[in-house]
Amino acid sequence: MLATAEKTADDESREFQRGTPNSVLHIDDVHKSFSGLHALSDVDLEVLEGETHAIIGPNGAGKSTLLNVCVGRLKPDRGAVVFDGEVLTGKQPHEINQLGVARVFQTPEVFPDLTVLENIMVPALSKRDGHFRVNPFKDFEREASLRDEAVATAESVGLQAQLTAQASSMSRGDKRRLELAMGLIQHPRLLLLDEPTAGMARHDTNATIDLLKKIKEGGMTKVIIEHDMHVVFSLADRISVLAGGRIIAQGTPDEVKNDPKVKEAYLGEEQV
Amino acid sequence: MGNTQSRNDLLLLAGIAGFTLLAPWLLAPIGAAYPDLLQKFCIFGIFAIGFNILFGLTGYLSFGHAVFIGVGSYVSVWCFKLLTMNIIPAVALSVLMAGLFAAAIGYVSLRRSGIYFSILTLAFAQMSYNLAYSVLTPITNGETGLQVRAIRTNAELSLRDGDVRVIDQALGIQEVGVPITNLFGMKMSGYPGFYFCAVLLIICFYLAQRLTRSNFGVMLKAIKSNQNRLNYTGIHTRPYLIAAFVISGMYAGLAGSLMAVTDPIAGAERMQWTASGEVVLMTILGGVGTLVGPVLGAGLIKFAEQKVSSWNEGILNSFFSFLPESLQHFVVDVVSLFVGEGWHLTLGLMFMVIVIFLPGGLMEGFRRIMARFQKKPDETVAPDGAQQAAE
Repeated sequence: MLATAEKTADDESREFQRGTPNSVLHIDDVHKSFSGLHALSDVDLEVLEGETHAIIGPNGAGKSTLLNVCVGRLKPDRGAVVFDGEVLTGKQPHEINQLGVARVFQTPEVFPDLTVLENIMVPALSKRDGHFRVNPFKDFEREASLRDEAVATAESVGLQAQLTAQASSMSRGDKRRLELAMGLIQHPRLLLLDEPTAGMARHDTNATIDLLKKIKEGGMTKVIIEHDMHVVFSLADRISVLAGGRIIAQGTPDEVKNDPKVKEAYLGEEQV
Repeated sequence: MGNTQSRNDLLLLAGIAGFTLLAPWLLAPIGAAYPDLLQKFCIFGIFAIGFNILFGLTGYLSFGHAVFIGVGSYVSVWCFKLLTMNIIPAVALSVLMAGLFAAAIGYVSLRRSGIYFSILTLAFAQMSYNLAYSVLTPITNGETGLQVRAIRTNAELSLRDGDVRVIDQALGIQEVGVPITNLFGMKMSGYPGFYFCAVLLIICFYLAQRLTRSNFGVMLKAIKSNQNRLNYTGIHTRPYLIAAFVISGMYAGLAGSLMAVTDPIAGAERMQWTASGEVVLMTILGGVGTLVGPVLGAGLIKFAEQKVSSWNEGILNSFFSFLPESLQHFVVDVVSLFVGEGWHLTLGLMFMVIVIFLPGGLMEGFRRIMARFQKKPDETVAPDGAQQAAE
């Protein structure tokens, strides 16, 4: 039993191992099942400060479920997610974001009726003003410093020419870049990316890899779920392999590459 | 970009203010320049502007906003009965009480979205309407409606037989005949009543404009666009929705209060579902999410209600008198189905035509016309441009 009515959140926090001192994200013995189907079983994972940690695995391995548990979309049946010493389990998605965890979705999730600039400015406002603030006399158009930052972020993902375009009119690839910009402008301590290059052409994929490498230099911690091995081995410092809801291997890209369990369960005959 | 929008907003506000204040002259040619109708334009304009803050910005469709009209009206009449015939306390308390009611109803209803939210608001409205006719009769005076009376001469008399108006009595204000609402002595019937409503309409429009352009307004638009995404962006959407619902309810409360200010009587029929539905029609007809659209929709529906419903066969016969007699009878027979008591048929047809051909309401129609005018110069330039490119 994870939590009882008598226990406070602080008590709960103390129950879980918080990982090594430089760990940013610590997933502790997480278990999640849907109608008897075990999507995640005994998952333990540690993401260190500043690293890019890739989670790979075949379809249905539980990668997206794990990410959903991290951001509060799903509550685990057992275990907990600890971010920077704070238990995320049981918190609402907006609370988790306010703590410094941003997410880029597998299917682009933007605000289709808003312009590109507005799409990028909304997360920036959330970062600055918190989860709720009513001030009808604070004109959105006069947020000059946020606007400048949003323009710079749009430039960094190559959307500078589409600032006034409505997000609904963008291509899927551009929406992905927009979503990345929406995450980046919050300067999160932890950025969770669910297949950030899915549906992109090779040229755009390479541009995204370059961008994510650039962010890496800035020290942001990232967790990437990705099918494209080119992306994984270009970016990851460490890789965790998930199969059947369990972590079957963890280590550096070279270690994972040569792990026979990985070859058997995930890669099969495919050359890494 | 910001300066251009500020200038456009200022021009729009000036246009609305100018038109509203000059309405008694501007609307005279179409026979709509009498105070009763002008007051209705302003009151329902305020109601529709407020409704649009919720429906237009967040996409949450309330079918129960007439409750707040009722709350505003009842609170105002009680203020007239208990405190003073001066409208300031009545208006202020009505807005406040409508806000409190909206907070309570919004807190419960906004636990759901989409059709479930709409049904919950409708349920609250119908519940309030029925309560007003049953257990709340001591407060609402049931079917008779709540109205002001002369100050009671005997303290033993109940409030049904005479009012108290403690402030007026303390100030020694003498009443002669039927008590009339006033603003520091200025009677609020006729044109003064209209101008009071007009000034409040302009203030309400300005506030809605500022709210739409604010960070708060952009968050509401983001909720409409993708509420789920906003949660993962660090925004707690529920307080934003409750705030929008309360603001919208306060606008409706103000409208209800102004109904009592211009005609100091309050009845439960103001809370009926048809009244809630009417503001939806006004907003959609004018243009959901636009600033001017709801005011335009409110004006159009109130004008149609007053004018088209007053037309009869005699008026139609004289209008179509230029036609040959047999044809005149036929045309009058057909058209008379759509006027007088059948004016709702005209409203229904008008609504269908707008929704089918102009889903963005009348404002979309204006935008299309403007776009056509703006395109023309481009079309004439295009061949030259092509020629230059060829060169």
